[in-house]
Amino acid sequence: MSSQKLFFAGSGGQGIILMGQMVTYAAMFEDKQTTYYPSYGPEMRGGTANCTVIVSDKAVSSPLIYEADCLIAMNLPSLLKFESIVKPGGIMLLNSSIISEKASRSDIRVYYVPTLDVARELGAPKSANMVMLGAAVRATNVVKRETVERVMREKAFTGKKADTIPLNLKAFESFSV
Amino acid sequence: MSSNNKSNSQNEKVLLKGNEAFAEAAIRGGLRFYFGYPITPQSEIPEFMSRELPKRGGVFLQAESELGAINMAYGAGAAGGAVFISSSSPGIALMQEGMSFLCSAEVPLVALNVSRGGPGIGGIQPGQADYFQTTRGGGNGDYKIPVFAPASIQEAIDLIYEAAELADKWRNPIMIFADGIMGQMMEPVSLPEQRPFIEAGDIRKAKPWAATGYGEDASKRSIVKSLRMQPDELEAHVEKLFEKYARAEKELVRVETRDLDDADIVLVAFGTVARIAREAIDILAERGIKAGLIRPISLWPFPYATFDEIGARTKAVISAELSMGQMLEDVKIGVGKRLPVRLIHRTGGMIPTSLELADSAEKIYIESGGTGFNNILINNTGLQPGRRSGDKEVL
Repeated sequence: MSSQKLFFAGSGGQGIILMGQMVTYAAMFEDKQTTYYPSYGPEMRGGTANCTVIVSDKAVSSPLIYEADCLIAMNLPSLLKFESIVKPGGIMLLNSSIISEKASRSDIRVYYVPTLDVARELGAPKSANMVMLGAAVRATNVVKRETVERVMREKAFTGKKADTIPLNLKAFESFSV
Repeated sequence: MSSNNKSNSQNEKVLLKGNEAFAEAAIRGGLRFYFGYPITPQSEIPEFMSRELPKRGGVFLQAESELGAINMAYGAGAAGGAVFISSSSPGIALMQEGMSFLCSAEVPLVALNVSRGGPGIGGIQPGQADYFQTTRGGGNGDYKIPVFAPASIQEAIDLIYEAAELADKWRNPIMIFADGIMGQMMEPVSLPEQRPFIEAGDIRKAKPWAATGYGEDASKRSIVKSLRMQPDELEAHVEKLFEKYARAEKELVRVETRDLDDADIVLVAFGTVARIAREAIDILAERGIKAGLIRPISLWPFPYATFDEIGARTKAVISAELSMGQMLEDVKIGVGKRLPVRLIHRTGGMIPTSLELADSAEKIYIESGGTGFNNILINNTGLQPGRRSGDKEVL
């Protein structure tokens, strides 16, 4: 891998920004070059949220992308709006718990990830985004899974949130692609 | 996410959002006083400062407006305080009167513009249309402000840290020109060591010009002012300022270049656009067109002399910017009549993709008489191979 461009999209409150930042932290821990750029604007809970993460062996040039190696779509509007940005041969992961539509493209690899169903089975409905993150990391190999575990412990779930690490880890490891 | 970074050693990388990194760099640079008023896309800076500066022995004060902030900066700076302020385009516009006063009174300041689209209140998405305001001066009278435009979070940290020293050395405001993208994006960075804050009792020694009162020698009271009623006195003062600016024009030029000696075409871009241009250059290389790059880091003083390094092979020079063509004028001065100078631009908060930039640059190259290996296809069909820039919006 010389460079991977990931695009996370969904609605505010679905953990889009956290997923993107965790991959960025993991890339940094692995001494890779990385840039994270969120959409910003008059946004709110329930509005749209998306972010771009670029992980590369060489210095990241443009922080903005026009095509992605991998799209993570957490809701239907994200699928409809962003399916076309996936490179031919690229990867798309759909949150099939709330997206009943199928992918319209046949030139990309598509994974249907029932994030909420899996998370609820684990008794951790708030960890749906970690189910998706685990699936995305397995599908892309953009960073190592154990590095994401380190990010959970050292960056994402520190202080009072440290109690959530066992369940978040379980959610992260729950979906095999 | 936790972005606690106080405990890291100098070379340990931390992941910081641009705005937080700018603020942290200012504190570590020894800038002890921050006056500001929130505005998107840089409101994380006053937020960060309100949390961090009081804990670390500094002063955070939210002003009632940007006019208040710049005049607090003028006052604190005149008294010898090391001051950092930040805002975004319309807020920086409000500060211009103060900038003129600070330059006239030779008061140091580090000011940051995380710029957005204009004119007027404009929008909140990134822009570079403050180029004239920043490099030509938006205030009254004859004055200059050195302006540095970083293209990465690390470079922004390094420039802000250095600007803290330069402001004192040159006794002038130093401006950092970032854009909304840089403010919002995150990159791994190394932070410099904390420079000690100057204690109040040491100011008279460190800054003998500062308005610290009479002290022991009543005949040596410092006065910091910009009012000079006698025209001959004012003229002499302005001449003195411009001797300083002439030295700055020699010493403060910063520029990054790539492949100027044998480029088919040369792109000129600063800040985030320079990073998009680097990717566009890779796309152009795949199409058989060698593009060089001039990335001005100092916008004033502008690296005019660098344009003399452009080789005989080059067909045209392109200014790529997020405005209707402001840096373009400096590029034209740099190029002179030697080569055609063209513009690729988006404005209002729109940003070109690397593909759009490459497509436009290729078109300009062909129009200027260049021949890439794809141009037979272009001439036959009017279309370029691959995806067209119009197909995709930037994300």
